[in-house]
Amino acid sequence: MASSVPILAIRDLRAHFHTRRGIIKAVDGISFEIQKGETLAIVGESGSGKTVSQLSYLGLLPMPPLRIAGGQAFFHDTDLIKAGKDKLRAVRGDSISMIFQEPMTSLNPYLKIGTQLIEPLCLHRKLSKKEAWKVASESLEKVGIADAARTMHSYPHEFSGGMRQRVMIAMAITTKPEVLIADEPTTALDVTIQAQILELLGELKKETGMSIILITHDLGIVASVADKVLVMYGGKMMEEATAHELFSASSHPYTTALLKSTPRVDIPQEVLPVIGGSPPDLSKLSPGCPFYDRCALRLDACKETAPKPCSLSPSHRSFCHLETVQ
Amino acid sequence: MGLRYLFGRVSIMLPVFIGVITVIFFMIRFAPGGPFDKEKIVPPEIMESLNAQYHLDQPLWKQYLIYLADLSRFDLGPSFKHANRTVNELIAEAFPVSLELGLWSLGWALLIGVLAGAMAALKPNSWLDYLPMSFSVLGICLPTFVIGPLLVLIFGLWMGVLPVAGWDSWQDRVLPSLTLGFAYAAFISRLMRGGLMEIRTQDFIRTARAKGLSEVQILFKHSLRGGILPVVSFLGPALAGLLTGALVTETIFNIPGLGRFFIESALNRDYTVVMGTSLLYFSILFVCNFVVDVLYVFLDPRVRYE
Repeated sequence: MASSVPILAIRDLRAHFHTRRGIIKAVDGISFEIQKGETLAIVGESGSGKTVSQLSYLGLLPMPPLRIAGGQAFFHDTDLIKAGKDKLRAVRGDSISMIFQEPMTSLNPYLKIGTQLIEPLCLHRKLSKKEAWKVASESLEKVGIADAARTMHSYPHEFSGGMRQRVMIAMAITTKPEVLIADEPTTALDVTIQAQILELLGELKKETGMSIILITHDLGIVASVADKVLVMYGGKMMEEATAHELFSASSHPYTTALLKSTPRVDIPQEVLPVIGGSPPDLSKLSPGCPFYDRCALRLDACKETAPKPCSLSPSHRSFCHLETVQ
Repeated sequence: MGLRYLFGRVSIMLPVFIGVITVIFFMIRFAPGGPFDKEKIVPPEIMESLNAQYHLDQPLWKQYLIYLADLSRFDLGPSFKHANRTVNELIAEAFPVSLELGLWSLGWALLIGVLAGAMAALKPNSWLDYLPMSFSVLGICLPTFVIGPLLVLIFGLWMGVLPVAGWDSWQDRVLPSLTLGFAYAAFISRLMRGGLMEIRTQDFIRTARAKGLSEVQILFKHSLRGGILPVVSFLGPALAGLLTGALVTETIFNIPGLGRFFIESALNRDYTVVMGTSLLYFSILFVCNFVVDVLYVFLDPRVRYE
């Protein structure tokens, strides 16, 4: 699979916010590729730049304050960074769709669900309202909403968070996108609903062959659905690996600490380990590794020089000086 | 919206209405002076018969009851100052004029205000925003007695395209209603901009962008309905104000509207006219606010009145 041409290839993406407090390097040198049918998980704490890494190349963040300081984002042969607004709009909601963390507020409360569901179809597929209404109803059935016809005529406030997230998913898949970006799709939902939604995403992936980029801070979710994982911290890449490699042989001290601080049912623990300190102020980062202050294994070199990627296998790279020293 | 709500809404109006009547009735009576103070010295017999004719010789509580009894027959009584005219006649004559002027003004205010506010919100902090918002500051600051003559000067005298005063043809409606509506347009544009800016930060707007909709589509389809709610809630008091607060405009353009009665009657202690115009104002306010509440149901599907 690794040899085929990627659908989406992000290279050295740098997205910076220019604010009065200075330049905030929310995303600084992120690269990843995703093949057809793959699930890539992007993992990191709040504020690590996971969401910005995706929204920025899709043009979904206001510019200014955001400025793309460098990098490329190839969707097939098109560099989305260089593509104009109109080209980008043609891709968004058609071949690249998104679902968001907050199902309660991500649907327009003033419009019927049907009205919102048919928009991508009318816009990108040029379907008539009637045709789109039919396709959208089918899409609702696909995500497990039994009474699709009635749901189309209802308003979002009549549904629970889990149901609304299903509606969001239905809306995202109406156009049969090649890539679905799911930004913490289950964070706001309770645990049983979380499992259902993840299962649904897995089924849809199998059925349609779409690729999924899953933004999450929950390593449990990563373990259950991801093929590949990208670990971010302070806007930078820490480690990238297949899910198997990450959980069996994580290399980066941050990843290791993150794994340790995840509650496990299979290992009895008295106290859950935490990573000491707090995430860095992104406007005051030193040129070195952003994890320096909190790293248990830090070296002198870590403070001043950014670590170079070190390949541990064709699919496993770690951005840490320890690997180069050894 | 249930019938029960409707019924409750109307039944609460009656006690409030009686309260308003009572307060205004006694306030104006207790104010020093009376309706005939400014008359030439008249013989006491004539004064007596005047007082008797208007029930002023009765004790106050009796006058109050007489007024309520008349009112229940929709009779607002005779005017104290305008001899041989009833308040009903005065209002019937002047109110349609004020109503027309007010509706024209509201039309301008909505048209200009909503467009300017939407324009400003489409590209905040650009000249598309600064230009209409500067005008709105002007609109709020400049009183009608400046705007009115200014418009007359430009369109009436220099360009000669619109009449300077009067109330006959449709052309006569343009300048007065612009004058009266300008401040309201300015205020509405600010409310509209604020409402839209608030909506812009909502998650569902990001969803709309993620779907590939253009900014104009997002504005009209996804933002306008929610963003216009502050404007809608302002419409009630705005219309009531426009219908009754047009004294200056009506004076500038020599329009036979209701505005002058508000001031005149209070100064002359024309008790019945004060009562009549105040109750009219209250009724308009009530009806307008009611209409606004009903509009809310249609604009926001989450609103339910129980």
